[in-house]
Amino acid sequence: MSDHDHNEERGVSRRKVLECMTWAGTGVLWTVTGGVPSSLGLVEAANAAEPTGMTFLQISDSHVGFDKPANPNALGTLEEAINKVKAMPKKPSFMIHTGDISHLSKASEFDDADRIISQAKLDVHYVPGEHDFLDEEVKFYKDRYGKGTRGAGYYSFDANGVHFVGLVNVVDLKAGGLGNLGAEQLAWLQDDLRNRSKSTPIVVFAHIPLWTVYPEWGWGTEDGGRALELLKGYGSVTVLNGHIHQIMQKVEGNVTFHTARSTAFPQPAPGTAPSPGPMKVEDARLRSVLGIASINFKQSDQKLAIIDTPLAG
Amino acid sequence: MKLTTFRSLVMAATLLLLPAVTAEAQELNVTIDNFTFSPAELKVKVGDTVTWSNHDDIPHTVVSAGKFRSKALDTDNTFSFTFTAAGDYKYFCSLHPHMTGMIKVE
Repeated sequence: MSDHDHNEERGVSRRKVLECMTWAGTGVLWTVTGGVPSSLGLVEAANAAEPTGMTFLQISDSHVGFDKPANPNALGTLEEAINKVKAMPKKPSFMIHTGDISHLSKASEFDDADRIISQAKLDVHYVPGEHDFLDEEVKFYKDRYGKGTRGAGYYSFDANGVHFVGLVNVVDLKAGGLGNLGAEQLAWLQDDLRNRSKSTPIVVFAHIPLWTVYPEWGWGTEDGGRALELLKGYGSVTVLNGHIHQIMQKVEGNVTFHTARSTAFPQPAPGTAPSPGPMKVEDARLRSVLGIASINFKQSDQKLAIIDTPLAG
Repeated sequence: MKLTTFRSLVMAATLLLLPAVTAEAQELNVTIDNFTFSPAELKVKVGDTVTWSNHDDIPHTVVSAGKFRSKALDTDNTFSFTFTAAGDYKYFCSLHPHMTGMIKVE
């Protein structure tokens, strides 16, 4: 996964890499291995080959407990994803989980998720999804994953010269609105960034996309623009989200947006179905629309590469 | 025998009249399909009970700020609320806030 490369002549494993995306601030390159390559921008070709810098993983939307027709065994596909992580030849530095760990915030669902995810033997930095705050007292998420965090669970940390910010945009949502960060969290973010030099690469992760993907389905964050305003001027900003159970990406100046696949079930492309509910695909196709993302950062050239890997396909 | 019949009729008439005096409380339904409350707007009378049923494969909630708040409703779960005061009750799903609805209570 992480050390796959774009060279068509290398092993069969790269056939499993469906999409590969690389960016260098000004453009995006998608390479579809084992299919027709399609380019969405301009970067130096193949610079995601053989990542040498820090690699971390993103998993998202495990929905442990989900058992409906779109995937009767969401725990099983999470386990398949974690098995892929375990099989990676180069161990990633850590993992981020962009929320919806559970489907209904039951203690047993969090227990099952932890039992599987811990098998990766990696530090996991979580942010909550709306499905993680459904228990009556709204305390399971904070008790389990929120130690040392503020508000409903936001925080920041540094790794390999990159500043990571985990935000919460799934609480205190307003009728008719989208995801919500709130004034308190935005004030904290402003303070958190105050002493960072503009050359510090920033990775922001949150459950609901911070950019407006499709407001008709609630796919966006009401005050996401205010967070992005605070990130203006930084040389390299990467925004990683989940929630929409499909890959979407956008580059705007120095900011790159990317959403990861779910490990549980796919959701339809914006506007292509009556609702954003779980999408039933043929059983044989399910694993090609579930997956994880691997993000590689090379300190030397400030380049960041994201590789989305499906569970199969 | 005739007297008994007469008494029964009187009793039946009384029973029929009673609800009319205290207003006939009705049971009404709102369904949730495809992330949509249906009907989106419902007119009810004071004393009526509305039951929301979630038919989606995703949980939803029914929340009217300061008035009522359901737990997360999994597939086929329901939530009922009896309206005891007139007014417009705007509500929404706190998980998917683009889902909104209104109960008008007269």
